[in-house]
Amino acid sequence: MRTTAVPEARRRAVLEVSDLTVEFETRAGRLRVVDGVDFEVAQGETLGVVGQSGAGKSVTMLAALGLLPSSARLVRGAARLEGVDLLQLRPKELRNVRGKDIGMVFQDPLTSMHPSFRVGDQIAEAIRLHDAGVSRAGARIRAIELLELVGVPFAARRWRDHPHQWSGGMRQRAMIAMAIANGPKLLVADESTTALDVTVQAQVLGVLRDVQRETGTAIVLITHDLGVIAEMADTVVVLHEGRAVESGTVGHVFASPRLPYTAGLLARGPSRSRLRPAAPRVDSGPVLEVRDLVTHFRSRSGRHSDVVHAVDGVSFDLHPGESLGVVGESGCGKSTLVRTIVRLLHPTSGTIRFEGRDITGLAGRDLREVRARLRIVFQDSFSALNPRRSVGDIVAEPLRTHGRHGAGGGGRVRELFEMVGLQPDLSGRYPHQLSGGQRQRVGIARALALEPKVLVLDEPVSSLDVPIQAQILELLERLQRDLGLAYVFVSHDLTVVRRICDRVAVMYVGRFVEVGDTATVYADPAHPYTRALLSAVPITSPAERGSGRRIVLVGDLPDPAAPPSGCRFHTRCWLAFDRCVVDEPTLQRIDAQRVCSCHLVSPIEAASIGESGFLP
Amino acid sequence: MADVPVPELTGRPAHHQSWTAVLARPAGAIGAFLVLVVVVGGIIGPWVAPNDPFSVDGPSLAKPSLSFPMGTDALGRDAFSGVLHGLRTTLFVAGGVAAIVVVVGMSVGLAAGYRAGWLDQVLMRSTEFVQVLPRFFLAIVVIAMFGPGLRQLVLVLGLSSWPLLARVVRAETLSLREREFIEAARADGSSPLRIILRELLPNVVPSAVVVVGLLVAQVMLIEASLGFLGLGDPNVVSLGSLASEGQDFIRVAWWLAFFPGLAIVVAVLGLNLLADAVTGSLGGGR
Repeated sequence: MRTTAVPEARRRAVLEVSDLTVEFETRAGRLRVVDGVDFEVAQGETLGVVGQSGAGKSVTMLAALGLLPSSARLVRGAARLEGVDLLQLRPKELRNVRGKDIGMVFQDPLTSMHPSFRVGDQIAEAIRLHDAGVSRAGARIRAIELLELVGVPFAARRWRDHPHQWSGGMRQRAMIAMAIANGPKLLVADESTTALDVTVQAQVLGVLRDVQRETGTAIVLITHDLGVIAEMADTVVVLHEGRAVESGTVGHVFASPRLPYTAGLLARGPSRSRLRPAAPRVDSGPVLEVRDLVTHFRSRSGRHSDVVHAVDGVSFDLHPGESLGVVGESGCGKSTLVRTIVRLLHPTSGTIRFEGRDITGLAGRDLREVRARLRIVFQDSFSALNPRRSVGDIVAEPLRTHGRHGAGGGGRVRELFEMVGLQPDLSGRYPHQLSGGQRQRVGIARALALEPKVLVLDEPVSSLDVPIQAQILELLERLQRDLGLAYVFVSHDLTVVRRICDRVAVMYVGRFVEVGDTATVYADPAHPYTRALLSAVPITSPAERGSGRRIVLVGDLPDPAAPPSGCRFHTRCWLAFDRCVVDEPTLQRIDAQRVCSCHLVSPIEAASIGESGFLP
Repeated sequence: MADVPVPELTGRPAHHQSWTAVLARPAGAIGAFLVLVVVVGGIIGPWVAPNDPFSVDGPSLAKPSLSFPMGTDALGRDAFSGVLHGLRTTLFVAGGVAAIVVVVGMSVGLAAGYRAGWLDQVLMRSTEFVQVLPRFFLAIVVIAMFGPGLRQLVLVLGLSSWPLLARVVRAETLSLREREFIEAARADGSSPLRIILRELLPNVVPSAVVVVGLLVAQVMLIEASLGFLGLGDPNVVSLGSLASEGQDFIRVAWWLAFFPGLAIVVAVLGLNLLADAVTGSLGGGR
């Protein structure tokens, strides 16, 4: 438990929600999405509302704040803010409460902010809206103070920026500043860190904690991420199909979940850390060899014509049956790398060899032939499937493209559906009629259609709920075992990579900074960036809080159009010294399992470095 | 599998659902009905029409009655038969123009949107060139030079009406080509033509239907206006020329101008309502 929790006797409930019940009118009749939910949160405390998507988390909070959409109907219940039932207030009274006594921070700060007003002015407006006595200048000064409070560097200068000039993490800080502008009694954060990288998530959670310490506000954290709950919450409500299936202090719920549902949620949560046994060595040589791959873009941002160094010299080997994880923050070039490997993008230089053949310059029939066995699975299963074609048709499409959809084509589609665990009779459905997990299975079936050797997976489970993630990962493991596939597995989620990958490559601003055997890298990260990344992974149980192992990186990923001199990580590295600014370290073998590029990590004797410098 | 169950699985193809959604709207139902009346009237009209629209069948300027449901004109010709034949003319012009617009507009829009780059520049500049031509006056000029005739009317209206469709299709395509299913098709090894026809086209059709509907409504009005001004083919009955002739007798025989005018209103209003309903049902469904 955190020490800030107030003793029971002095707890003063800020928000008390009781018997909240909400229904939606649908064509199929009334749908009860929130069913008799009770919870309360006290001053200075943090309540975690957790559950899978569709569990009713957001609707519960929207209902409690009187923000329900018009298709929803409040059946009964009360939401008392310091004794005043918000649900009985008239719209005008409610507007005075929102933004003043209650601050809200939403998931996507870009859509929550007005694109054409300056950030500082938007915060100042939030202040003046609820206190007309504040002068324009006074509100502006207060806005700058607030931005400083939430850790925006150079706030006195940067308040003039427009939202698009700020990074995701910075925008989320601005949203927090806006939410706390009027000293609210309650701060509601709805999936506020979900869209952020782990490193930035750690920063934002730190800001929320600091704000709570400074102002004593109560916080309601809505999230599907149990790591965030373990990190932040004092009490927890677990929602499942609109009901509060479990509630209590965070230590209690994590240590002894009462219901099987919660136990399942916890067991499949971030603590899944089963390490894979090393893949059997196959001596047929690598199936995929990437050497010095460079992909630059010309960015067309207004006057400047900058060269974006998205991928800037990446080399690796991939052996049959092996999985290589590629991890890094968003914007580090992971997606560009995989799209270049499957030749959706043209490399600026470097070579890609697939099954011993140089495919870098292939085109037409030759390229199509390679594409049958080098396949990609995309992140967003919704966007990756044509909404106007049935899923059976989608899976059959690569067969048709390659002229293998003859008389037996329907049978092959059926076989593929069974292979990925889908009922074959779903094949007449359209993508929007399937769940996220089912859609991702369709995406995998499409990739498997032409009997590939290598599957490139671009964040294949990031948009899925944790239990569904586990199912898809199990499927991928089974397919790898049965079909001898090799995976390049891109993810920002380090726990997922740990589970599925034999080796892991850590990418930073277009380059690999550490590549090695997963077990070794996770147990003993060598590069400072790897260490920071691993330490930013949310903890798995509240008991680990404050164990002091966390390294919170300052700032954001550098602009890949202007990568820093020397070591690219030196701008955020807490260990950087003079040499790092001028001299770029190269990847060097540091032990039997690993290569790493850092001046602080000494390579093993030159004599023992393999010729290529790459791992077997 | 133990996936999260999806509620309301009907298993019906999506496009069926979207058509029911269109018809479920009052505007959609009324619009569809009016369009149906016009189309059916135009197709079977000449066969069910009791008389030849150019033959003298009854007394001059007879009021609407059982034998002449829309009355007769100054020469004693049956106005009902005239309107039915006029609808067919309208339909012929509208259908012909729609066919040209769809072929040219879709091809230009899809090619420009998918290929981008110089091809996009060339096609869009040409589109703008055609777009600034005043359609109505162009039609008048062509008729003045080549004489009245439905064929040249269809050609000139068709070849000057496609830019709007091309621009809408291009815009749709530009946003669709960033979607991952297009990348997935490229990763399959699909050819650009295959991607355009099988991946892009089905997604562009709904908005194209709306634009074509509105364009056709405009074309019907232009055809009627030309007829009204006496620029139509004198050997073909047009709703516009009927209305124009009836105008001279508006004080003594209101029905002569009223019924052709009503037919024009029904056709144009029906198409507009239907297009509106399609737009509305697309808004929520995607």
